[in-house]
Amino acid sequence: MTNSGIISRFCSIHDNTVVVNHRTEFSHPNEKLEKFLTRVYQHFAIPYPKFYKMDILSKLGFLSVELLLRDTGLLEKYEGHKTGIMLMNASSSLDTDRRHQESILDRANYFPSPAIFVYTLPNIMIGEISIRHKITGEGTFFVRERFDASFLVSYIRQLFDTGILQCSIAGWIEKNGDDYESVIYFVEKTDSPMDGIANFDAATIQKIYDKVK
Amino acid sequence: MEQLIQKLKEEIIDALNLSEMNPEQIDEKAPLFVDGLGLDSIDALELTVLLEKKYGLRISTAEEGKKVLYSVRSMAEFITANGKA
Repeated sequence: MTNSGIISRFCSIHDNTVVVNHRTEFSHPNEKLEKFLTRVYQHFAIPYPKFYKMDILSKLGFLSVELLLRDTGLLEKYEGHKTGIMLMNASSSLDTDRRHQESILDRANYFPSPAIFVYTLPNIMIGEISIRHKITGEGTFFVRERFDASFLVSYIRQLFDTGILQCSIAGWIEKNGDDYESVIYFVEKTDSPMDGIANFDAATIQKIYDKVK
Repeated sequence: MEQLIQKLKEEIIDALNLSEMNPEQIDEKAPLFVDGLGLDSIDALELTVLLEKKYGLRISTAEEGKKVLYSVRSMAEFITANGKA
């Protein structure tokens, strides 16, 4: 390992509160997640109507990345193919899978919705984010029982060390029933740790995640 | 026909999750794809399902699909021509 990397910025959405770098940017308690996410989208005046068509997991991921990168110019520093997205969760796209299953349960009224079916994979969320931000580097979605900071750190470091990536969006975006949480960060390969807000290592990432929980 | 067009607009908004739009914002003669509402291929499938589910109508060929799904008005004309209005 030559470059350990730095975390430039992180963003969490949990308990109907959006936090970026420890600062609460928006909060609206006691509201269903989908309605809350629409409120976030409208509050920050994000001009991307396709947002409305996404499933809830993609909406959560889309907004997390949107607020992570907002007014930072972070992505502009790198070429699209040197930028990656590495996300993880425990429930994959289970919520949308259930919606799809409900739509095909009744054989007498069998009308599966293409707009629902298309989101029955969690990496579709990565696709939505990639399209929005013109990210063409490696994008991988991992399903783990719980947040695995060490795995994500070693995976991304390997991509940095082999020259495949120079930066990445990474983290945990989970949605299952009423439970959800998103904790993501922007990590850059660099030799000067003073540039970021934290070192890119498993202990630091875990600490950021635990603080949100 | 006007009543059907209004109903179709509401059904399209619902089926395609265009919750930021209201029926008045949809021009019934404007192309649904690319220029007009900017719909994509998944939306085309969704509209095809809508015609089958709500009106019992099937689009049999890609060519027919292009004509029928051109605009809200062309969809309404297809429904009326098939006696399902």
